[in-house]
Amino acid sequence: MPVYKLTINGEQRELSVAADTPVLWVLRDHAHLVGTKYGCGIGQCGACTIHLDGVAMRSCSVPISAVGKQKITTIEGLSANGTHPVQEAWLEHDVAQCGYCQAGQIMNAAALLSDNPNPSDTEISAMMNGNICRCGTYTRIHTAIKTAAEKMS
Amino acid sequence: MKVKTNYNRRAFLKVSTAAGGGMMLGFSWLASCTPADTEIAEVAVQQMPDNWFNINAFLKIGDNGLVTIFSPNPEIGQNVKTAMPMIVAEELDVDWKDVIVEQAGLDTEKYTRQVAGGSQSIRQGWQGLRLAGATARHLLLAAAAQQWEVPVGELTTSGGVIHHAASERTIGYGEIASAAAGLEIPAEVELKSPADFKIIGKPQKNVDGLPIVTGKPLFGLDVQHEGMLIAMIVHPPAFGMKLKSADTATIATMPGIRHVTTINAAPEGIEPQWSDVNAFPELVAIVGDSTWEVMQAKKALQAEWEQVSPPESSEQHEAELTRLLQTAPAEPARKDGNPTKAFAGAAQVIERTYTAPFLAHNTLEPMNFFADVTAEKATLEGPIQTPEFLRKSVAALLGMPEEKISVMMTRQGGGFGRRLYGNFGIEAALISKAVGAPVKLVYTREDDMTQGTYRPDYKVTYRAALDANNQLIGFHVRGTGTNGSPVFADRFPAGAVDNYLAENLDKSSNISTGAWRAPRSNFIAGAEQAFLDEVAEVVGKDPIDFRLELFDKAIAKPVGEKNDYEPARYAGVLKLVREKAAWGTDQPGVFRGVSAYYCHNSYVAQVVDVVLEKGRPKVDKVWCAVDCGIVVNPEGAINQIEGGIIDGIGHAMYSALTFKDGKPVQDNFATYRLIRHREAPREIEVFFVENGIDPTGLGEPSLPPISAALANALAKATGERLYTQPFAQQQSVLG
Repeated sequence: MPVYKLTINGEQRELSVAADTPVLWVLRDHAHLVGTKYGCGIGQCGACTIHLDGVAMRSCSVPISAVGKQKITTIEGLSANGTHPVQEAWLEHDVAQCGYCQAGQIMNAAALLSDNPNPSDTEISAMMNGNICRCGTYTRIHTAIKTAAEKMS
Repeated sequence: MKVKTNYNRRAFLKVSTAAGGGMMLGFSWLASCTPADTEIAEVAVQQMPDNWFNINAFLKIGDNGLVTIFSPNPEIGQNVKTAMPMIVAEELDVDWKDVIVEQAGLDTEKYTRQVAGGSQSIRQGWQGLRLAGATARHLLLAAAAQQWEVPVGELTTSGGVIHHAASERTIGYGEIASAAAGLEIPAEVELKSPADFKIIGKPQKNVDGLPIVTGKPLFGLDVQHEGMLIAMIVHPPAFGMKLKSADTATIATMPGIRHVTTINAAPEGIEPQWSDVNAFPELVAIVGDSTWEVMQAKKALQAEWEQVSPPESSEQHEAELTRLLQTAPAEPARKDGNPTKAFAGAAQVIERTYTAPFLAHNTLEPMNFFADVTAEKATLEGPIQTPEFLRKSVAALLGMPEEKISVMMTRQGGGFGRRLYGNFGIEAALISKAVGAPVKLVYTREDDMTQGTYRPDYKVTYRAALDANNQLIGFHVRGTGTNGSPVFADRFPAGAVDNYLAENLDKSSNISTGAWRAPRSNFIAGAEQAFLDEVAEVVGKDPIDFRLELFDKAIAKPVGEKNDYEPARYAGVLKLVREKAAWGTDQPGVFRGVSAYYCHNSYVAQVVDVVLEKGRPKVDKVWCAVDCGIVVNPEGAINQIEGGIIDGIGHAMYSALTFKDGKPVQDNFATYRLIRHREAPREIEVFFVENGIDPTGLGEPSLPPISAALANALAKATGERLYTQPFAQQQSVLG
């Protein structure tokens, strides 16, 4: 099995896994970072969203062999102690119900705001449309993103 | 209010001291209690007590005043892990910031009803949780009174501190806890007056907020233990089929695969419980080192299946449900007056039939469970709404006494009723036993969606008889569905119509069905409230006025004796939403619908505003009035109501599980539509009726009526009434 030299949340890791293993399962089973969630395995729900060089990606649909030198950031590495403005906004608005999708929602929202610090309602809805929340916390997610945008600007 | 403690009841432990115990657990949960301020968390961590004193099954107090409160019930996103401890903390009279919340495992000796279901956790836990806190407070007061040699009646408490005004002395709970732990539990204790509540009724944030947003391991799928292997199952491709044979040898040599075996969760001679619903008890189990490797072996498995009962399809179901409604004889579930005569003599009869498809639960965290079964004991851990029933089933199947089986509930990535049925926990235990290793069983999304236990497909026909003056003189509801009718015979408008008939017809099926958030209500409320809206339109009355007149009748002169609602409270939420939404002040381009329903002991009324965007209807705003008695945690309560509304809109608009040749046609989110961000209402406003009634259900009641409020608004927007879900498959909604 090939050995991959990865940068995960700023740390160098060498992991030996099959080349077609999705980043999601490398993170969860091999790097023991379980904050990134499995929801569908086909890039439809967004629960597994991570950043590759700062860009939001569905980690269930990216094989480890495609990562190369790109830096991986997971929810565990988004900030120290949950201090990213998006995480703080999530707490302020008490967004979560079951909480399972929220790591993916937060990672997607954080990437959205780094590209577009002042998104319109329509832009937020479009950018977040790929992240399913089965509990239906969408209105809170929307409000929290606006709060985070205000804090970041 | 004084209440008996019944101190020997099983909910109370013997009072005891526990030195040092719980330190590590306390540490991890402490962070969750200071979600917005990590600095406070760090300071507080340094102040962890040296000793904890167990006061009763629900709480222990540290020597520095920190309090750990155990949340007994499974947390599926309904936020009981915050709300239940709030109730204990209220009666204990401590500051919420000094409370650490810890999830209790299954313990039938200490706790009653550790179930997440029926929106009953708070309603049924209310008295016991208050008693637990009040008893602990009483013991602390008694210990202080002894120490100071003063009458206990001269002592007061606030924020975890006991005061003696006359001598100006104070003592913290932590300082007196060791003495309190040695006292006898009193025969009766004083409960607070709701007017004195300091924690209940004030918004408190989710105690797991910080671990959730930082990705800490909380869920069943996150469980990891030493030596744990990953297990997956392969079930038959269609309902009506069972495993005939599997080529286990070929895939056993694939990379990372340790074991390939078969299990049977329904062997002869073991009587299944209600919670053992499972169409596929015989499975192939594949066990290996990592999820991806096991997935590859699962895909490569060659198996043969045999047909054991006829394959069913959605088309067949539609035809059969229609046939049942139109022609099958039924015993009345309720009959008031003479409905036959009323309909025969009616000036006008309105008849409408409503239909909805099967739904999958689709908790975003797929089914999974950890099990470690040895000859001596079984350790189970994972997401389960009914841990007690899981343990019973596992005990029977393993032939092991229940006391040797432990069940720990993780936080659960959604429940919606699916995790009432613990087949996945049973399977994990059987696999662990078969392979002799700890395993975490993981379902793929496809396994999860194609396995059941679904919301049944339903069909109901309503008929209303009107006299020459457009008065409602007769009402007839006749419903059917797979494995049971959705009709609640004693609910509104029973009691408000002189001549009333309710009939139930069952359809059997080999497709496994079960409770899905607000069972039966999730369909019948929408049908009933859409029908009443149309009747109101025919008689030319405002839909709220029309309903209020019916409630007036049910208040003044109720028909029958078993009416399962209080008409005054029902009317109350309608009046509240009418006022808050400024009903009757129509705005151009905004199309409004209203609905109300009573279930899970709570009353909900909703107004939906639909607008047209590029010709397509979109829900813009929802007003929701709720009467659920005392609201324990307004923050969590509003979140639940919002979630139920979005869930209800989503499933009514978009979701369906259909069958062809016994096989679910949809198996993942590419084909099974769930509501998405863009489709959610822009705004939801929630209003509670303020009263002092003991709290009732909140996890489910906001879902059932919303599909009718939506349908009634869509009818205004598009000019077409909708009778078949999902609405978004109708041309008028597609635009």
